[in-house]
Amino acid sequence: MRYLPHTQEDIADMLKKIGAGSLDDLFTSIPDDCRRKSDLDLPQAKTEWELNRHMSGLAEQMAVCPDYKVFIGAGSYDHYIPEVIKQLLGRSEFFTAYTPYQPEMSQGTLQAIYEYQTLTTRLLGLDVANASMYDGASSLAEALLMSVRITRRKKVAISRLIHPLYRQVVRTYFAPTEFEVVELPVLESGQTDMTGLQDLETFAGVAVQSPNYFGCIENLSALGEKIHSDNKTLFIVSFTEPLAYGILKNPGSLGADIACGEGQSLGVPSSFGGPGLGMFAAKKTYMRNMPGRLVGRTQDIEGKRGFVLTLSTREQHIRREKATSNICSNQGLCATAAAMYMATLGGTGIRKLAELNHDKAAYLQNELKTAGFEVPFDTPVFNEFVVKFPEGFEKTYANLLAKKIVPGLSLTPDYPEFPDYYLLCVTETMDKADMDLLVKEVTS
Amino acid sequence: MKDLMGSTGLILNEPLLWEKGKKGRTGFSLPNSDVPSSPLVEELIGVGPDFPDLSEVDVVRHYTHLSTWNFGVDSGMYPLGSCTMKYNPKTNERQASLPGLAQAHPLLPTELAQGVLRIMFDLEKHLAEITGLPAVTLQPAAGAQGELTGMLLFYAFHMMNKERRTKILIPDTAHGTNPASAALCGFRSISVASNAQGVLSPDDVDALMDEDTAGIMVTNPNTLGLFEEHIKQISDIVHAKGGLVYADGANMNAVMGMVNMADLGVDVLHLNLHKTFSTPHGGGGPGSGPVCVTKRLEPFLPVPRVVHVQGRYELSYDFPESIGKVHAFYGNFGIQIRAYSYILSMGDQLKTASQLAVLNANYLKESLRDIFHLPYDRPCMHECVFTDKHQQAYKVSTLDIAKRLIDYGFHPPTVYFPLVVQGALMMEPTETESKEDLDRFIEALRQIAQEAKDNPDLLLQAPVKTKVRRLDETMAARKPCLAG
Repeated sequence: MRYLPHTQEDIADMLKKIGAGSLDDLFTSIPDDCRRKSDLDLPQAKTEWELNRHMSGLAEQMAVCPDYKVFIGAGSYDHYIPEVIKQLLGRSEFFTAYTPYQPEMSQGTLQAIYEYQTLTTRLLGLDVANASMYDGASSLAEALLMSVRITRRKKVAISRLIHPLYRQVVRTYFAPTEFEVVELPVLESGQTDMTGLQDLETFAGVAVQSPNYFGCIENLSALGEKIHSDNKTLFIVSFTEPLAYGILKNPGSLGADIACGEGQSLGVPSSFGGPGLGMFAAKKTYMRNMPGRLVGRTQDIEGKRGFVLTLSTREQHIRREKATSNICSNQGLCATAAAMYMATLGGTGIRKLAELNHDKAAYLQNELKTAGFEVPFDTPVFNEFVVKFPEGFEKTYANLLAKKIVPGLSLTPDYPEFPDYYLLCVTETMDKADMDLLVKEVTS
Repeated sequence: MKDLMGSTGLILNEPLLWEKGKKGRTGFSLPNSDVPSSPLVEELIGVGPDFPDLSEVDVVRHYTHLSTWNFGVDSGMYPLGSCTMKYNPKTNERQASLPGLAQAHPLLPTELAQGVLRIMFDLEKHLAEITGLPAVTLQPAAGAQGELTGMLLFYAFHMMNKERRTKILIPDTAHGTNPASAALCGFRSISVASNAQGVLSPDDVDALMDEDTAGIMVTNPNTLGLFEEHIKQISDIVHAKGGLVYADGANMNAVMGMVNMADLGVDVLHLNLHKTFSTPHGGGGPGSGPVCVTKRLEPFLPVPRVVHVQGRYELSYDFPESIGKVHAFYGNFGIQIRAYSYILSMGDQLKTASQLAVLNANYLKESLRDIFHLPYDRPCMHECVFTDKHQQAYKVSTLDIAKRLIDYGFHPPTVYFPLVVQGALMMEPTETESKEDLDRFIEALRQIAQEAKDNPDLLLQAPVKTKVRRLDETMAARKPCLAG
């Protein structure tokens, strides 16, 4: 096997040095009654070319662009990834390194993550960002737990317009705790309804998503103002599409204490939902309560600039059960990809790309409206929006799949109160011709 | 030493991203719009993030320079104990980047996603075979999230029996993630001391285990590189009091094909695909932490689960006792592909991999025992732990030895862990290092030990060949500067 360098002669020499008669003798510390009785029942090892054929065969069973036109976003977005990012990320000095425990031989990773943290704070308008979390969902759960730690209150509120799968993760994280999760309902505008939220002083944090699951942009400044009418409650802004902040006012400038969400949009392929990265930023006041790794700037004994992992007294390897989180490995390489992507776009590019995404979605939304379909929420959207298709649309949906068009995602399983509502997404990768085709097909 | 690995070369400086570039440049190929402009209402529009504008060449040189300041498994030996830094096969990268897999949307109708579902289904099956635990979830994104999932399973299991147990037993050799993960589920950690042989004594576990204790978390082999030889008896003690046994599989690389975890009495185990199954660690992640369980815990696994019905793979949420979800979608699927590719490439040679990993660790141990203090002088598994006790006389410490190894061109071992060993140097060579590479590493450490006697300053000043010298970590923590 090409990954195993030992020759029989090597093995014999090494066993001799150890004083063992055979490889099996090395395992004498495993008692007999703990030894496995049977051989591993695994498929026979494949050569590299057999493996290529097998994997290509599996990949060919998948519906992906350009063959298929997929109008689904809902937390995973198809954006163009420049070749530069794939090539640079392939530098194996980055991708075959471990967590930078030895900073002198990890300055590449450390500077890249420091830059990622910086670009993230600039994108979200907050002071500090960590080196990444697992995904948007666990970032939100961790943000809510952080608000509980800071305020020592036992309740949190989350909008029903936060991604349904994120809300499931929050509920799973909160299940064994004594803390309560309250859901905020949906307004007719497709935005979060906070009017019923009483006893704000009992809430540790209130979380909304913007753009929300329906694509609608939330009125963050009004929500923030209300939440901050209690001076301890934390305002948490979640997101699934950070590209929106290339053009929208950022969460920090609208009062967010913590902004957290999924960063897959920034140069990371969908890859059936992972790996992406959880982005996590907060006001400086809360720096020492943050979960996750942080890279900080310092200098070496000669006064040269350098970077290290820092504030690790918050973390599990030092604080053990009293740590701010149990996280150890994060999504470092995806964070590096996100930084590369933000650097490639630049300030000028990200704005143009965000505008393009917005315009494309607005075009399809308008065309569908013109074709007679109901667009139930009139709030501005970013690159996703809701359409109400006629009753019995499931049949059309199935027909379109056969024509290699995936016309959005049904909202009904997660929102039974909205029958026949579909969530559609368009990014810069979708041509006008593709959208015109969709309109034609759903109309006919 | 004839050919010293560590040499000097031209190291290029590189500023921070925002210290370069010029407004108006771009590195992105922006398409022209083919739709009319549809301006957003003014009040929603912000000033836009203050990102530097860089050309494609600016970006390429920037990250190329940065990469040269890094050291990975492809650069050389990386014997970081408990991290299993084995070679990351290149073919795995090819498989994960196949457009059909990399571009697959997670919410595709399942009939259009049969390829990825088959990969998940088969990977679960293979991991079940390797561990001996029949049911698997691939959802946890890393080892620590696997532990959290395991603790949520413990919680759900006891709640089903109408019990809210509040304690958990954790050996003093455990990774810090164990108590931190247990704490998230409201379990108070009770530390179990390892005995003079470096393993757990059944009597100690028996004395602490009671009906308010949810179970025990055991790393086996443990972080001293020793097999917990009383594991069966310990499992029996824990089970007799209604508790469950969690195995931290971080060190699974020692025992593939050698043990069956179910036979040891293990109820729940997490694997680190970025350790045992060769997926790259990416300078901090992404990892992947599948959790394998016995039949009686299967109903509690996270949803959705991949099921195979009438010749088709489906994602099923129909598991009413499930703990829920720990990841928005299905975990780090891109990493799962790499592990799947590795298992298909290795087949039953996974057992050989474990045997050679143990051979390499024992070879290191025997070759270095005359110069470094061995706190537990017993046959080790995939890693061995030394200390700086013999070198302290020359006023050099584990940290200095580690830093000097960098000048010799090796990544240092894990240092000062496990906590029960003072000045620990925890070495895990893995099976993909050849005898010649091990010999070079041994020779380097022997020379360093000699330097400690003759000229300790060489250690105290190290490293001298890297881009930066020792960094001021105190300053970084006292005056945090986390963004530029």
